[in-house]
Amino acid sequence: MYSRAYKTAVTIPPLAWVTIFLLIPYTILFCYSFWSVSSLQVIVHNWNLQNYEQLFRNPLYLTVLLRSIRIAGAVTLLALLLGYPLAYYLSFHAAKRKDMLYQLVIIPLWASYLVRGYAWKTILGSDGVLNGFLQYLHITHRPVEFFLYSPFAVILTLTHIYTPFTFLPIYASLEHVPRNLVEASHDLGASPFSTFLRVILPLSLPGVLAGATFAFVLTLGDFLAPLLVGGPSGIMISNIVVSLFGAAYNWPLGAAISLCMLLLVVTLLFATERLERRFTIS
Amino acid sequence: MNVAASPASAERAAGDALLSIRKVEKQFAKRPVLCGISLDVASGEFLTILGESGSGKTTLLRLIAGFEQLDGGEIWMAGERLDQTPAYRRQVNTVFQSYAIFPHLSVFENVAYGLRAKSVPHGEIPTRVTQALAMVKMSEFAESAPSRLSGGQQQRVALARALVNRPRVLLLDEPLSALDANLRRQMQVELKSLQREVGITFIFVTHDQEEAMALSDRIALLRAGRLEQVAEPREIYGHPATAYAAQFIGQTNLLRAVVRNGIATAGPISWPSNGPSGAATFSLRPESIRLSSASQGVESDDATAHFHAQIQNQTFGGAMDLLEIDCGNSHLLRARVPSPGPLAGPQEFEFVAGDAVRVRDGS
Repeated sequence: MYSRAYKTAVTIPPLAWVTIFLLIPYTILFCYSFWSVSSLQVIVHNWNLQNYEQLFRNPLYLTVLLRSIRIAGAVTLLALLLGYPLAYYLSFHAAKRKDMLYQLVIIPLWASYLVRGYAWKTILGSDGVLNGFLQYLHITHRPVEFFLYSPFAVILTLTHIYTPFTFLPIYASLEHVPRNLVEASHDLGASPFSTFLRVILPLSLPGVLAGATFAFVLTLGDFLAPLLVGGPSGIMISNIVVSLFGAAYNWPLGAAISLCMLLLVVTLLFATERLERRFTIS
Repeated sequence: MNVAASPASAERAAGDALLSIRKVEKQFAKRPVLCGISLDVASGEFLTILGESGSGKTTLLRLIAGFEQLDGGEIWMAGERLDQTPAYRRQVNTVFQSYAIFPHLSVFENVAYGLRAKSVPHGEIPTRVTQALAMVKMSEFAESAPSRLSGGQQQRVALARALVNRPRVLLLDEPLSALDANLRRQMQVELKSLQREVGITFIFVTHDQEEAMALSDRIALLRAGRLEQVAEPREIYGHPATAYAAQFIGQTNLLRAVVRNGIATAGPISWPSNGPSGAATFSLRPESIRLSSASQGVESDDATAHFHAQIQNQTFGGAMDLLEIDCGNSHLLRARVPSPGPLAGPQEFEFVAGDAVRVRDGS
């Protein structure tokens, strides 16, 4: 088998990576969350729970956190509603167009996130494409302001950006559904719709869970889309963290919020991981 | 059409054909896979579609099941067009080669699947599932997950899952090919007795000629998308219609002979044959050739052909030995004879003229 030296050699790089880029930063973050900022704008190392108290007492943080969760939920739902039918069509009915359509779903991922964010800004703005079009059709007479700088704009942008991430695992799991099971279902008298509900959907659940997790976790931590198209009413929790580490200069509170989000995400990942394993059949 | 059905089976098929396949055509990417297949299957019959891989046998089965669409011809069942009915409305069930057991459902739910799909009354389902599982001796596994079952057990579940729906025709796509030899023989016996018990028409696809002979009421031999011969196993073995059928089902010697004035001659051997004159191919089974008991000088009747041959090779096979014999001009024949003890040099052989069956040679 492999020598000891070889085993050590292949273990060290990932271990070093995890230690340097994850464990140490998180430990530092963890320490920061128990410190505080003095009136002289200096971070003092007096261990306390003030940051966590503030987090739960100040309604601003909770409101924004809940809004972030709502937005993440909405994006997840929309990404599933768009991604699943698309993946199903590609996997089961696209035939010769499969490869081309697959590429069409993937290609937007090559474009920079910022480009896609700005694209929506151009589309939704008061002088934007959408308003221009609506006025041209005389459906509206003045620019509609609420398209841009709203939770709606954030949801729309993030749905556009993260749907491919939801699509991919669903598509992969649908491709793994043995086609003879579909035939067996028809053979036993189940209609195509019933076959979908009783065979295809249950067997694709691991992909649905993975896709939903991607969309939810990525949206929850997103700060660029709210920055670009969110406006004041579309602020999300990451924007607050960014400002706490930046202009507001309150690293300890920023660290406490970050850790809470981390806890939320890890719990979620753990739960979906367990669920996925339950739905995955060897 | 190369179909030579025996009178008995033709009569039965015409009498009460449950399934009628008429001039069926199928192409894949413009390559013909099935060409003008016509076949009647009687109610309660065990019909085997036999052929090499690529002969189109599985495609024919899939057409009956409804997984493929016809490119020509019709399929009828009990007076109704079957080929225009979607797969899920056909009273036909399939046992798949790979079993296709639903991995996310228990054994019980797998068997109940068809009953639930057809909205069988709720109270009736447990009884019928239990009966079906008992029939294939899988009752104790009802709550098991399919992944815990062996290949043979999955096979039984697949069988129960199909039979519980009481189909008019059960299609079996090489269901035993994944099993090891012993289990396979055991399942053959069980399958045959199961078929007698339930009285359902079985259409069984295999490439294994021994399996086909052991199980079938009739064999439909398929070759490159065409039916070579459809007949009962004994008939197809004893009177193969073509050289291909003779070679595919059992071992045989093909004698390329010339028939003149009622006498067929192949190299040094000649025997009476009352067919038309000209070149002809005959099939002579190895066991039809025997060592002459009569010594030289004894006149035999006309119906027996005698010849000398050199023993080339002798393979001991227990009760029967296989001899490779050279009748001159390197005309090699194989003979299967009751073990005679070691043989060498020239010997006298004979066979009954009627055992040399004239076959069409379309290769």
